Amino acid sequence: MSDQISEQHRIDLAPGDEGEGGVGLRVLGYVTGLGLALLLTATSFFIAGTDLVWQPSIPVAIIVLAIAQMGVHLVFFLHLTTGPDNTNNVMALAFGMLIVFLVIGGSLWIMANLNQNMVPMDQIMQMQR
Amino acid sequence: MFGKLSWSAIPIDQPIPMIASGVVALVILGVLAWVVLAGHLPYLWREWITSVDHKRIGVMYTLLAMVMLLRGFSDALMMRSQQAVAFQSQGYLPPEHYNQIFSAHGTIMIFFVAMPFVIGLMNLVVPLQLGVRDVAFPTLNSVGFWLTATGALLVNISLVVGEFARTGWLPYPPLSELTYSPGVGVDYYLWALQISGVGTLVAGINLVTTVLKLRTRGMTYLRMPMFCWTTLASNLLIVAAFPILTATLAMLILDRYFGFHFFTNEAGGNVMMFMNLIWAWGHPEVYILVLPAFGIFSEVVSTFSGKPLFGYRSMVLATMAICVISFMVWLHHFFTMGAGPTVNAIFGIASMIIAVPTGVKIYNWLFTMYGGRIRFDTPMLWAIGFMVTFILGGLTGVLVAVPPADFLLHNSLFLVAHFHNVIIGGVLFGAFAGYAYWFPKAFGFRLHEGLGKAAFWCWLIGFYVAFMPLYAVGFLGMTRRMQHYDVPEWRPWLLIAAAGAVIILIGIVFQIMQLVVSIRHREELRDRTGDPWDGRSLEWATASPPPVFNFAIPPDVTGEDAYWSLKVHAKQQSLGKREPDYKDIEMPRNSPTGFVCAFFATIMGFALIWHIWWMVAAGAIGAFTTFVAFAWRDHDEYVISANEVARIDRANVEERRAMTSLAEA
Repeated sequence: MSDQISEQHRIDLAPGDEGEGGVGLRVLGYVTGLGLALLLTATSFFIAGTDLVWQPSIPVAIIVLAIAQMGVHLVFFLHLTTGPDNTNNVMALAFGMLIVFLVIGGSLWIMANLNQNMVPMDQIMQMQR
Repeated sequence: MFGKLSWSAIPIDQPIPMIASGVVALVILGVLAWVVLAGHLPYLWREWITSVDHKRIGVMYTLLAMVMLLRGFSDALMMRSQQAVAFQSQGYLPPEHYNQIFSAHGTIMIFFVAMPFVIGLMNLVVPLQLGVRDVAFPTLNSVGFWLTATGALLVNISLVVGEFARTGWLPYPPLSELTYSPGVGVDYYLWALQISGVGTLVAGINLVTTVLKLRTRGMTYLRMPMFCWTTLASNLLIVAAFPILTATLAMLILDRYFGFHFFTNEAGGNVMMFMNLIWAWGHPEVYILVLPAFGIFSEVVSTFSGKPLFGYRSMVLATMAICVISFMVWLHHFFTMGAGPTVNAIFGIASMIIAVPTGVKIYNWLFTMYGGRIRFDTPMLWAIGFMVTFILGGLTGVLVAVPPADFLLHNSLFLVAHFHNVIIGGVLFGAFAGYAYWFPKAFGFRLHEGLGKAAFWCWLIGFYVAFMPLYAVGFLGMTRRMQHYDVPEWRPWLLIAAAGAVIILIGIVFQIMQLVVSIRHREELRDRTGDPWDGRSLEWATASPPPVFNFAIPPDVTGEDAYWSLKVHAKQQSLGKREPDYKDIEMPRNSPTGFVCAFFATIMGFALIWHIWWMVAAGAIGAFTTFVAFAWRDHDEYVISANEVARIDRANVEERRAMTSLAEA
């Protein structure tokens, strides 16, 4: 068990470090990523201006495309995989996402709640005049 | 040419800062003159200033913390004495000076005492406990230390040139905005913290990587000493939280320098957003400081009770639970800001929940002591003093986590007493325990026990005498940061508190004496075995002080309490006599990168504070050039030959054998 773990931790790769695989294979990976990223970007621009889809769905579509874009970057450029050599990277991503969710979500919630309960700042200044 | 800087920036008309800074300048010049005249400069440059050895950097961090503790504590003495005399009078400190003192006290104690102290101990010990030769990024480590020193230097420069912030240790807008703080005080605060914040972030990344990636053979996660776990948790928090601080302060900088309106009253700014963001960093910061202290106590309690840590896995779980929950409680610092009952209640409950894993830890330490053969050496005294004191601070913490109670106690001296109770009783006692515990490892001789115990008792008693009255006077309605007051009921309590500060001062004098006496008697206090406390983790498996490569042969770990099982094993089979197969060792070369970077960062920071734009450019170009030069270096490692390793290791093994045969005879 312990040997297995230390083996894993020896081949654990940093983001951007290449394991095995020839140069051609790696270039192919980057080109695929670039193609997908360009496709997703183009689609976002296209959707924003089009009237082919139902208008209120456009923001949702752009959010979905943005998240897909992040996924493409993580997989093709940052080489995030689900393999055993990537445990640390996946954990780091999960921890980062949790913190970002807590801080941004929490801030939005706190500030919205505050605005509901308190007179907005500029009005306080008006009242003091 | 020199921006806002002119001769009027030097406060010649104010005797107190002038005398204080004059004394400090004399001491610094004296030390520098002695170093140069005695010919120590080449040695210092070669062995310390450019060192990338984690042990040396750890020692320098700790030294910085202890020097800054003297500065922060003299601020505390001035505040206590001011409040002792300023009853129905102005006291001896004018308000604008008093405001700078409490702001500097908080800033220094958190950023330049507590942080470097815990980071220094982590730097010194964690690679040794993991059984490895250095941290993951040795040169980056040196850069991080010197940037922290830059921040400390800028804060101290503010004593002589210009002024420091008058806004409290967190520069709340709108007071900290240009309209209400037009001077350079807030700018000193902002740039000192931005620069040292980079240093802290770098240290955090370094230590996280070290724990995750560099462990000796067989050192699985669940065999790591508790201190490594708390280091991991604390540094994960640094990596997650310090960018929030940097971003928040950057927004305030944009407000002050470029007329933005993030936190201003007018033009759609929102001051509440500053409180929200700064505490989203500020609360995790509390745990960044106290988690390593918990780790130190775990090591100390287990070593001095002669038992493995009780409930190791529950301790790991509690540590990681605190790591995550610490990001869910920040609103309890501003319950009174006006959020609705739902928000306040949820954050209040989260704040009470975080006391649960902390309680688990307390019980684990108690059960570790239960049935153990306890030795009451100085580190153990600090640990026991911590347990009693910290429980009290934790209980008052749960009390102020109840929103209705907090509405009464917010910004009162009760709150001040509470956070000093947990920071002194938790972080500082932990740092002192670690200092006494690992000093022999770092320098090869013990600290004087008697003076250490005297210092402990002065600190413990002085703490209670100084801060219990503040709880009382907080209940009597006294708010924090008062320059003078007219309420006769408060007076006796504040006089007692001032007496407490004097008792702590005696404790600090004992600590200085302890250091001096120990250095003078170092031959009698010499630790020849490398294992003065009968330790259980791998740092005690090597010599004191450890050779530059830490371990001649990377140790093999087969279970928890790695060194303890090695010792038991060796006794049973009388092994350890076979000569190991020594190999060449590659170590990173020393590099002045950190020092030079920090030199240019200091110039840049000072120029930014005073709006000297050409100097900003010079500093920035200098720092960047240093970085590029380092990136282009050709050879960054040197080799220690197997013969040399064998020579150093044999000497240590001989000493150990001699000591054990003495003990057996």
